[in-house]
Amino acid sequence: MKISQIKWALSAAALALSASAFAAPPTPAMISNACAGCHGTNGASAGPSMPSLAGHNKESIVVAMKKFKSGERPGTVMGRLAKGYSDADFAAMADFFSKQKFHATGQSLDSAKVARGKSLEEESCSRCHMEGGKEGKDDSPIMASQWLPYLQIQMGQYLNGQRKMPEKMAEKVKPLSKEDLDALLHFYASVK
Amino acid sequence: MTMQRRSFLKLMGAGAGLGAASLMTGCAGLGMEGPTGGRRVVVVGGGYGGTIAAKYIRMMDKSIEVVLVERNDHFVSCPFSNLYIGGLMKDLSALTINYDKLAANHGIKFVQAEVTGVDAGAKLVRTSRGDIRYDRLVLSPGIDFRAEEIKGYDLASTPELMPHAWKAGPQTVLLRKQLEAMPAGGSVVMSIPLAPFRCPPGPYERASMIAMYLKQHKPKSKIVILDGNPDIVSKKGLFLKGWKKHYEGIIDYRPAKKVTEIDAGKKTVLIEGLEDVRGDVVNLIPPQRAGAIAVAAGVVGPDKNWCPVNPTTFESTLKKDIHVIGDACIAGAMPKSGYSANSEAKTCATNIVNAMNGREIVDMSGINTCYSYLSAKEAVSVTGVYRVNKEKNVIEAAPGSVAVSPDLSELEAIYAESWLKNILTEMST
Ligand SMILES: Cc1cc2nc3c(=O)[nH]c(=O)nc-3n(C[C@H](O)[C@H](O)[C@H](O)COP(=O)(O)OP(=O)(O)OC[C@H]3O[C@@H](n4cnc5c(N)ncnc54)[C@H](O)[C@@H]3O)c2cc1C
Repeated sequence: MKISQIKWALSAAALALSASAFAAPPTPAMISNACAGCHGTNGASAGPSMPSLAGHNKESIVVAMKKFKSGERPGTVMGRLAKGYSDADFAAMADFFSKQKFHATGQSLDSAKVARGKSLEEESCSRCHMEGGKEGKDDSPIMASQWLPYLQIQMGQYLNGQRKMPEKMAEKVKPLSKEDLDALLHFYASVK
Repeated sequence: MTMQRRSFLKLMGAGAGLGAASLMTGCAGLGMEGPTGGRRVVVVGGGYGGTIAAKYIRMMDKSIEVVLVERNDHFVSCPFSNLYIGGLMKDLSALTINYDKLAANHGIKFVQAEVTGVDAGAKLVRTSRGDIRYDRLVLSPGIDFRAEEIKGYDLASTPELMPHAWKAGPQTVLLRKQLEAMPAGGSVVMSIPLAPFRCPPGPYERASMIAMYLKQHKPKSKIVILDGNPDIVSKKGLFLKGWKKHYEGIIDYRPAKKVTEIDAGKKTVLIEGLEDVRGDVVNLIPPQRAGAIAVAAGVVGPDKNWCPVNPTTFESTLKKDIHVIGDACIAGAMPKSGYSANSEAKTCATNIVNAMNGREIVDMSGINTCYSYLSAKEAVSVTGVYRVNKEKNVIEAAPGSVAVSPDLSELEAIYAESWLKNILTEMST
């Protein structure tokens, strides 16, 4: 028997018998693939109100999940789902999604708003949402190429107090008008 | 893996490996009846489960050949089909996918054919276009109906008169046409079978969407829900709240009313031989079992309806090398939903790839999120995270994760739309 055949025979039997008692714990891919039903394959979202998770830094995912679980961040299904996972599971998801390739969305956007946002972004946001939102400082999420409706829902929750702004963000947001903020969201949505 | 177990498995494996090579086949239509080279997975059913199983096997291992066999050249999603019935969509295009991109992107061999039988001994799938040999078979055929439990129900002719619309497509269109054609002041009768059935909240969402349609377009009409179950099966509090808010006097919900007989011509259903109910439109959802091909393959369990499987690999406990996912299988605490089928498919795919490469089997970590619309703009959801309980060897919900929305929500309706977009994109690209 060649090695590959032995392996095959071995594993065929393993599968036939394997009671789950023999199985290894879920891998980061196993845990994270389940999220793709809403967030897209490998975290590349096709749904305009759902964020892409691909390429986020680990900390942003872990922090978001913990806040959903504790109820600090408002959610619909996320708060409930997060209760089904441990901190180790959150770390596994973070590991998986941080390794996925950045997902560029194709959205049609008002170019005047994009331009206005671009002119504001460096001064207002770039210290934490770096590289045009392609990178995030500490637990700051990836903003680049996220769907505009998703960004608008989140900003809405910040502004009506449902979601708590980090202090530094609150300082920067305060002087901006609603139009400025919307322009900024347009800018981030446009970054590829 | 311990040494002891390794050698034991080796012995088992050596035995299991014999005899696969010397088979004769009849029809040669597809040229896939010969030996496989040892790495072919055949997936039957291109719906919520099958597309994902096929895709993820190829994503994880390009050396495995995947053949996806489906009777149609396109698939229409049941999720959101109730919105079409309620008049919120003009056609079914947003719910329809085909297999071109999926096949091209992942190198899946798509075969449009009816699977007519499975020879588990010869590891052969019989199709309308020829036989296909497999090393492993994944069945995700969805449901078929237990017509024999309703006297007077004819599988071919009854759905034309009393649509079930429980498989999306022409049936969905027919039900909407019947609603459009009914007189104002008329009545719709909907019959719900005893659980378990495909999509536990589905009938109640359907009733909400029909009531919404009646309220707008057919004044003074009613929908009578004859539920075979003793109570609303899923999201009860939320449905009752939504019905009170929007459809007071339109929905007449009657629990424990099991339809046992029908007269399709007279549009009348009979409850346990006692009570006749007539409707201008009758949406009769018959009791269900695993798709007929699962019965033919011999993987349906002692209840004669659903397929028992290993909760980690989704391999049938009755037939080696045949895996069953989606509505057809018994997945412990997981409800029969599209999202469950998606999670089950990924778990099954992962472990088929692991097994074919001699790697360790990995436990499942699955999700269900299922939205239901109550009105044009409000939806509710139920969620759950699912893991295997090692001692009991069954899939259980992670504590705290199974819960419904606190209230009707416009935001959830917006998220539901993106859910549909994402899951259908997953299935078709
Ligand atoms: C009205 C309604 C609303 C629903 N809403 C939701 C929802 O909002 N969210 C949710 O998660 N779920 C929902 N569901 C449930 C969901 O549709 C099913 O759980 C899901 O489709 C199951 O996937 P499956 O792969 O088992 O079967 P399916 O998706 O039905 O796929 C089976 C495929 O196999 C093919 N097939 C079967 N037999 C053969 C054969 N012999 N040869 C060739 N091809 C074959 C069929 O043509 C079909 O394409 C809803 C269901 C209904 C009826």
